Amino acid sequence: MIQLENVSKMFGSGAYGLTEINLSIEKGEFVFIVGPTGSGKTTLFRLLIREMLPSQGSIVVGDFDLIKLPHSRVSHLRKKIGVIFQDLKLIVDRTVFENVLLPLEVVGVPVSEAIKRAEELLGQVELTAHRDKFPLQLSGGELQRTAIARSLALSPEVLLADEPTGNLDPTTSREIVNLLGDINKKGTTVLMATHNADIVNEFKKRVVALQKGRIIKDEKKGKYELD
Amino acid sequence: MSLINTTWKHVRRSPYQSIAAILIVMQTFFVVSMFIFLIVGSSRIIAFLESQPQVTAFFENETKQEEMQVLKEAVKQTGKVSATKFVSKEEALKIYEEQNKDEPILLEFVTADILPASLEVSTYKIQDLSEIYTLLKNAPIVAEVIYQKDLVSKLTLWTNALRTVGITLIAVLGISSVLILVIVIGIKISQKKTEIEIMRLLGATSWYVRWPFIFEGMLYGVVGAVVAWCIASGILWYATPFLNNFLGGVSVLPFSSIILLEILAVEILLGILLGVFSSFLAVLRYLK
Repeated sequence: MIQLENVSKMFGSGAYGLTEINLSIEKGEFVFIVGPTGSGKTTLFRLLIREMLPSQGSIVVGDFDLIKLPHSRVSHLRKKIGVIFQDLKLIVDRTVFENVLLPLEVVGVPVSEAIKRAEELLGQVELTAHRDKFPLQLSGGELQRTAIARSLALSPEVLLADEPTGNLDPTTSREIVNLLGDINKKGTTVLMATHNADIVNEFKKRVVALQKGRIIKDEKKGKYELD
Repeated sequence: MSLINTTWKHVRRSPYQSIAAILIVMQTFFVVSMFIFLIVGSSRIIAFLESQPQVTAFFENETKQEEMQVLKEAVKQTGKVSATKFVSKEEALKIYEEQNKDEPILLEFVTADILPASLEVSTYKIQDLSEIYTLLKNAPIVAEVIYQKDLVSKLTLWTNALRTVGITLIAVLGISSVLILVIVIGIKISQKKTEIEIMRLLGATSWYVRWPFIFEGMLYGVVGAVVAWCIASGILWYATPFLNNFLGGVSVLPFSSIILLEILAVEILLGILLGVFSSFLAVLRYLK
């Protein structure tokens, strides 16, 4: 499903965001990407949605060869990948419902169908009661769940969750990861970047550890260990 | 539907910018409307004058009918004359009475005797008038010749000058409108930068992001053009009785509703072009 070969990303300052990454992720897998702040987790996700191009190496996501992908087809790639951004990127002057509706509008889903789908997603993340609230009126967990609902709107094949439990209490964090687990069980490939050791250790999934832009560990049913 | 909603949201959330955009477009199209009215009106006046007897020769008081007839034949023989018409003293009185029917004092002492008989001559081409003028002027039985060529050429000169001034004014206002629309839409794009970035990350195509802004520009163009047309047509309608009085017998006004609707259609089309062009420039400049 996702194939990275010898991928490096060097930033303008000369600093390496990622160095010689080789990573293969199968369809339907659940993978924790762990590592301290600045280890390259977000850079990896930005490369996967073609927000930027690598300095070297090749990246394939599904049928898309990201190096050769013309700019005009980037939107096609992004429709296949749901993203829960680290800073959530919710639109503050739109309600919860309108935020969830946005990806459906963007791809031109007929209005009645889009409304039905958005309502269904809000039910799935238990936010129906908050549908008309604005992001500023929501708690951290509710914001995360709004972002999850939006990322699922187009039934993506891959879901990238960038620190979705950051700043959340342990119970809410567990709820969020359970929700991602349920989504994964329905066949979506999930990559979750986190530095929450408790969660990683509890869920016993594949763990890819990054440090200073390099993969230092890649273990099935791994633990949060950076040594 | 979503496109219209998004555009309407853009307009509603920054009303002052939208009003500024509509006002400048309106100003431009108001001048366009007035200019078209003037051009149509002046070409009607010229056409009217050109269709009128262009040289009128007034005979001496004692001139006999036969002498007049001889002069008429001489004029006809030039082969450049499309029509000739005698106006007798009695007919001249009728015309005088008709022109001054509201002024009984002016009618009181005027009789057919004091009005001269005249010969009205039209030519096929306006440039042949001077020849006919000379011929008539040299005839001993002719007291005076009125010659309309000067009036027509002066009016044509004025119309051409008006056309140059109008086109320059419209060009300057048109460029100002484009620049202001580019700035207004540019500001709106900048205000929505975060939202646009999010939409792109969620898979929006460039055109999905661009369309509402293009549509917004189009809306400003159309609304500005329609409002300007309504105001200009209103002013024309209000001023029609006064202008008709001023222009005397020349039938220039009122314009038929078909002409007014044609002007509206042209202005809407120009408004769309102006709006789309401006917003397209803004989109290219600010939405890279």
